[in-house]
Amino acid sequence: MAGAASWSFSENDFKQIQQHLLAFLRDSNARCALLVDRTGQLVATVGDAPQFDSAAFASLTAADFSANDQLAKMIGEHEFASLVHQGQKESMFLADVAKRVILVVLFDQRTTLGLVKLKGKGAVESLTKIFEEMFNRVGAGPGGQAGPGGTPQKGLLEGAEDEIDKLFG
Amino acid sequence: MSMINYASREINCKLVYYGPGLGGKTTNLEHIYGKVSPNTRGKMISLATETERTLFFDFLPVDLGTIRGFKTRFHLYTVPGQVYYNASRKLILKGVDGIVFVADSQIERMEANVESMQNLYDNMSEYGYDLTRIPFAIQYNKRDLPNAAPVKDLQASLNPGWPVEDAGQQKVVPDPAHPGENLVDRVSNEWIGHAPYLEAVAVRGDGVFDTLKLVSKMVLKTLS
Ligand SMILES: Nc1nc2c(ncn2[C@@H]2O[C@H](COP(=O)(O)OP(=O)(O)OP(=O)(O)O)[C@@H](O)[C@H]2O)c(=O)[nH]1
Ligand SMILES: [Mg+2]
Repeated sequence: MAGAASWSFSENDFKQIQQHLLAFLRDSNARCALLVDRTGQLVATVGDAPQFDSAAFASLTAADFSANDQLAKMIGEHEFASLVHQGQKESMFLADVAKRVILVVLFDQRTTLGLVKLKGKGAVESLTKIFEEMFNRVGAGPGGQAGPGGTPQKGLLEGAEDEIDKLFG
Repeated sequence: MSMINYASREINCKLVYYGPGLGGKTTNLEHIYGKVSPNTRGKMISLATETERTLFFDFLPVDLGTIRGFKTRFHLYTVPGQVYYNASRKLILKGVDGIVFVADSQIERMEANVESMQNLYDNMSEYGYDLTRIPFAIQYNKRDLPNAAPVKDLQASLNPGWPVEDAGQQKVVPDPAHPGENLVDRVSNEWIGHAPYLEAVAVRGDGVFDTLKLVSKMVLKTLS
């Protein structure tokens, strides 16, 4: 592999993901859920709009998760599939989805860690299904390149060389 | 890896500034942060020690414009250059789309440059990435200092070239930035490729945007 492959998702994928996240928020009484990919890019946010800079938040989440992955290996664990950061009022729960994305849940005293974890398990399972299906669609997954519905995404910018040159003119 | 979001019509790409400690990676991002309009950039996050040395990474998201209706958003990261921090340095390379190697031009730092370049090759290959095949450029920084080594010496140590085996790429490619020099060239019957390079004085901002443009353009062209 030359480098990291790219991945993409369609509006349809996006809607499905949002529906599952919304159902999860309703069931768990959590405030907000974010999906962040392992490179730190924000994929989706649902619930109360975060008051913080979500791009910065996403990059820190990915770094936090990958640092913890390494810590797990050092103590002989394969991974920590989920992490909890508990504060006085605000807490967060992070869980791996299909090894490619991280579900981040923000919650407060309106619910409990137990409920978030319990409902989170179901959410992770359904999200994992969606992402695995996405990745399996003609190589949209790690190592492959595909666009919405599996059409090759190579060529998204095909013939756009001029436009690219102009952008950096 | 670049992420294409058809729902929000965005292309997200990750660029990493690599290189020896104190070479000027963080200074590159600080200059970009200071010069780009706040509408087109996000917050800069720096995880640093009390002495301003990068501990984990610096992060700065910038929008570089719209192509084919897609917003092109680049996430810029620096790594900690100090040898000691290799575990965290390696994590930042995950999913990288393009790399800028910020070399410190000072003669005294030659060994540190070479060691860091070797470390970059090693970390990339542990992920299965091939540095010679992804967007990659070298920035020779601190050209303002009196003890800066000549560029040709830096080139000889840090950018000696790699064999180009793909027959389709075995043709002379002139370096548009340096007349008379080639990025791909034939040297005694062997085809050799080099990374494009630039000179910079990051504290003054010289060469900082040229470097960013060069590498982000290379990244977008991999999608075309
Ligand atoms: N003279 C001169 N100094 C520079 C230049 N660029 C950066 N510096 C200085 O070099 C020092 C280190 O710069 P940083 O940007 O923090 O270096 P770094 O590569 O991020 O270092 P680490 O975080 O340890 O990896 C700072 O004091 C900068 O002001 C330059 O072009 N010329
Ligand atoms: Mg730094």
